[in-house]
Amino acid sequence: MAFTFRTIVLKEIYQRKGRMVSGLLAITLGIAVIVAIQSITSVSRQVVAKKLDLLGANIMVLPQGATVDDYFSADVDAPTFPEEYVERIAASMIPGVDNMSPKLSRRIEIDGSSVILTGILPANELASKPIWQASGLMGAELALACAPSQNKESSLTEADLKAQRKAVDSLGMNEVWVGSQIAERLRVNTGSILPIEGRTFKVTHVLPETGTIDDNRIFAHLHAAQLLLGINGQVSNIEIMGCCSEISDGLLGKLRNILPDTRITTIGHIVNTQIETNTLMAKVALVLLVIIILVGSFSIGNYMWANVEERRREIGTLITIGWGRRHIYWLFLAKAIILGLVGGVLGYVVGTVSAVILGPYLAGLEIGPVLAYFWWSVVVAMVISLAGSWYPTYRAARIDPAVIMQEV
Amino acid sequence: MFDIHGLTKTYTRSKQHVHALRDISLRITAGSFVAVTGPSGSGKTTLLLTLGGLIQPSAGNVTYGDQNLYTLPASQLATFRNRTIGFVLQTFNLVPYLTAVENVMLPMLPRETNGMDTLRHALDLLEKLGLADRATFLPRELSVGQQQRVAIARALANDPEVILADEPTGNLDPSLANEILDVLDDLNRSYSKTVVMVTHSPQAAARAREVLKLRDGMLVS
Ligand SMILES: Nc1ncnc2c1ncn2[C@@H]1O[C@H](COP(=O)(O)OP(=O)(O)O)[C@@H](O)[C@H]1O
Ligand SMILES: [Mg+2]
Repeated sequence: MAFTFRTIVLKEIYQRKGRMVSGLLAITLGIAVIVAIQSITSVSRQVVAKKLDLLGANIMVLPQGATVDDYFSADVDAPTFPEEYVERIAASMIPGVDNMSPKLSRRIEIDGSSVILTGILPANELASKPIWQASGLMGAELALACAPSQNKESSLTEADLKAQRKAVDSLGMNEVWVGSQIAERLRVNTGSILPIEGRTFKVTHVLPETGTIDDNRIFAHLHAAQLLLGINGQVSNIEIMGCCSEISDGLLGKLRNILPDTRITTIGHIVNTQIETNTLMAKVALVLLVIIILVGSFSIGNYMWANVEERRREIGTLITIGWGRRHIYWLFLAKAIILGLVGGVLGYVVGTVSAVILGPYLAGLEIGPVLAYFWWSVVVAMVISLAGSWYPTYRAARIDPAVIMQEV
Repeated sequence: MFDIHGLTKTYTRSKQHVHALRDISLRITAGSFVAVTGPSGSGKTTLLLTLGGLIQPSAGNVTYGDQNLYTLPASQLATFRNRTIGFVLQTFNLVPYLTAVENVMLPMLPRETNGMDTLRHALDLLEKLGLADRATFLPRELSVGQQQRVAIARALANDPEVILADEPTGNLDPSLANEILDVLDDLNRSYSKTVVMVTHSPQAAARAREVLKLRDGMLVS
């Protein structure tokens, strides 16, 4: 084995490994904390994004002056706007619009009981994922999305949702789907014939109970509903499934530009909450990062300073035998690099393991290792170590070699 | 070889001035073996380290050949110490966590030399000093006499023209001291190295061919 600067650095570290552990502690713990937080938040972000995706619509286009309440109450005089807006959105090719679902809702009476008739376009007529579930799911899923720790996921699995959505791929002009509560009240089953406003419809589905307003809803084909209610070519809202990052990127503004006489909101402010949470977490992580870099550098500096102090005679000897400043620099910077490397790798491992173990308890999430954080950890640890070592190294290279004469 | 002119060194510590060297002028010719004696605190070590390019004088200058040492940039002065001078110190100053042979290789590290060559050269030096079987020992596993011989091997690593020794026998008993003096004598005679040795022992001084006496920072003979 060749004898090099590295040999010296490694042997010195090995000789004083106890002290190095304490020197490393700050870096390792600091990196570990950040990696753990980042691992958990990145997964929770993914989970939120996934839930938003499952949720379907997250943007609602309503008539000017309408509120989301109008939409839910669906009163007779609730305002509407032209169905043609759907094509306008589609033609604009705005990025981030994944799916659209135009709806027309009106409160009507059947056999003396008040129900909401909602006209929807099945997927085969819109080339889009029908997302009629969205508004109903919203109440239950919103809390979930914003506070992932309340784990109710099991009640409605992804597979269930997909199955239900698929079922709405086709909906004939004289077919209806009936909410569970109405089905009970009107005593109808799958296959029953149901007269509405003088026309007869076939019940092709009784929807499972959701505990929401959807239980009191009858879904019909949009165009059948328009005919029935006498409001041709009009809809009461369009639900849009937009992509999270694009929503924060001004998707709403772009939609407002092409649909000036409408009111466009995000459903339940999920998106805002999401963005706020992300910014808050990013800020917290940034502040934490700064603190950890400062504390870590200080602690490494402290350790390196002590290391230089206890090696004064050795450094004096090296200067005496003709080592130049840059060789002394190397001796300590190489040590700093090794500390940074070890601290970064250990910090990543400790942080990732903590996240994997603690994730399920703290956030109700399964956390996996994020490889990108590995490089990040090593780089940050290196910055901490070099920043902390710079001044002690500078001092080391300027030690008065006369220390060699001092009696031991 | 060494031309010392008007050399003065005044240490200032907490407003106290210590005149370690006062206006010393002398010449040390190539191949000589000089002993520097004098009572403790007379400035012997200061003189030796000034010759070795380690202490910036307060006044005067030291030239070696055509190099005026204290006008050289720091990096060239380091190279001068590395190539031209071999230091042997009273306290050996071996690096405690490196083996004997690694300590001997230390002065060769700043030079860009082949790793295998430096190892062979270091082992050769240890063998010449009778330490062939101690190459992989740590300093604390060696006797003091052996430690001093490792230090001499390290001083010789870059084949310097000058050996500067500060009380090289000060920590050794008389028989070990003689062994070390034999080595220095041999380096001077057989390898024509210039040896400057600080000592307060008359027996050691007697081995030199020239003796300088210092008192209160001044030459007295
Ligand atoms: N680094 C220093 N700072 C202050 N005074 C010093 C220093 N080194 C040596 N001295 C003083 O200079 C004088 C000469 O010291 P030194 O050269 O070590 O003498 P010697 O080697 O002959 O004992 C002494 O009085 C000593 O105390
Ligand atoms: Mg002395």
